[in-house]
Amino acid sequence: MREAAYNFAYLDEETKRMIRRAILKGVAVPGYQVPFASREMPMPYGWGTGGVQVTAACLVPEDCLKVIDQGADDTTNAVSIRKFFQRTAGVEVTERTAEATLIQTRHRIPEAPLSEGQILVYQVPIPEPLRFLEPSETETRKMHALQEYGVMHVKLYEDIARNGEIATSYAYPVKVEGRYVMDPSPIPKFDNPKLHRSSALQLFGAGREQRIYALPPYSAAVSLDFDDFPFAASKAPHDCDLCGAAESYLDEVIIDDAGGRMFVCSDADFCRTRREAGHAGQLAAGEAA
Amino acid sequence: MTPAALSGGFSDTSVQAARAFRAALDAMARPGKVVALAGATPPAPLSVAAGVLVLTLVDTTTPLYLAPSHDTKAVRDWITFHTGAPFVEPAAASFALGNWSSLLPLDRFSIGSAEYPDRAATLIVELASLAAPTARISGPGIAVQAGLALPEVAAFAENHALYPLGLDFFFTADDRLAALPRSTRVEAA
Repeated sequence: MREAAYNFAYLDEETKRMIRRAILKGVAVPGYQVPFASREMPMPYGWGTGGVQVTAACLVPEDCLKVIDQGADDTTNAVSIRKFFQRTAGVEVTERTAEATLIQTRHRIPEAPLSEGQILVYQVPIPEPLRFLEPSETETRKMHALQEYGVMHVKLYEDIARNGEIATSYAYPVKVEGRYVMDPSPIPKFDNPKLHRSSALQLFGAGREQRIYALPPYSAAVSLDFDDFPFAASKAPHDCDLCGAAESYLDEVIIDDAGGRMFVCSDADFCRTRREAGHAGQLAAGEAA
Repeated sequence: MTPAALSGGFSDTSVQAARAFRAALDAMARPGKVVALAGATPPAPLSVAAGVLVLTLVDTTTPLYLAPSHDTKAVRDWITFHTGAPFVEPAAASFALGNWSSLLPLDRFSIGSAEYPDRAATLIVELASLAAPTARISGPGIAVQAGLALPEVAAFAENHALYPLGLDFFFTADDRLAALPRSTRVEAA
């Protein structure tokens, strides 16, 4: 039930129009970071204020919202954002990926393939992929204008020179539609292939850094690499200890003081759906006990 | 300002604007897709779709160019009362509204700069119908290929050649809306 004291989806209409115009320009120029006048939100920076503003601008009363934090629906960040929109927009919420029409995510892409009608909203801390290589905004803006991305390849090359492989394991840069290099937010590089030609619309909001960008459906998002060191999506070499999945991204969880550990799906809905379907990992019985 | 200008706006602004934006976003993210808009009854010759889009995206911070086909007192009064948008010449416009022939030539509008390609105008083009596709389009937002009713092909192909600069288009007919961002490749069907 929506609280009458708030405007629908919290933000005032003028702010929503400003964000909506930025989203449309972001969609028209995939991968380009559109500046926007980010607002103070009733939660701290780093809690997804960019994603929350994009979600607020996109929500309609008919939406079914899912919020995940590192794949889980039940962590503090996900729960508080979900409750925020239940109170201010009165929307339905779900933990099931397939039921959701809009999914706000912190640092994961759901394992289940997304569909045409879905929008995935990412919370982005540092939207500029070149920022740690070039601190000046004036310079990075010029580099994007000129497609001057050599410095990023040098960085990946230095990874190989030092570590024998591209050691970047999250926030792995992609080139969008052959034009803009884009930071996909700190998703594990395991998720990068899911960015590419997704059926869903993907929107990215960075609140503190005041940027919005987008990947329209079916857009090309190619992970940067070299012919002799091709991109490889990586994960822990285990099966999920609860559902037995071999193909999902895993979290490593310490389970006792003796260094014992288990690997479980990071995507909580994916794992539960598999367990409900009768799949079991090697520690599943222990969990039931 | 006539009393007619005061009516015909949204009755439940936040929800109607949210639904209209979501439809417009769907159209821009999936070029060729035709969506329906509702919630406003603007004065002629403004179509329902164009009127709803103006109420959803335009305000005091977005200079608007009214092309001669739509530059009537009734339309000006209605837009002024409901949005407060300043009316400007094409070069200064964030949005432009009119039928195709009165919006030409397109090189009067801002296409953005290399550093800020987002500072390009959005054109709202009123068409008679969106029903019969006249062009084949492909690019971001389109799985393989789609069709769209366009007033011509050459102008949109030239606009795409400017990418990542260029104009973005909404097309409106009655309550129907379609979009063509600069990223879309356009060929004759």
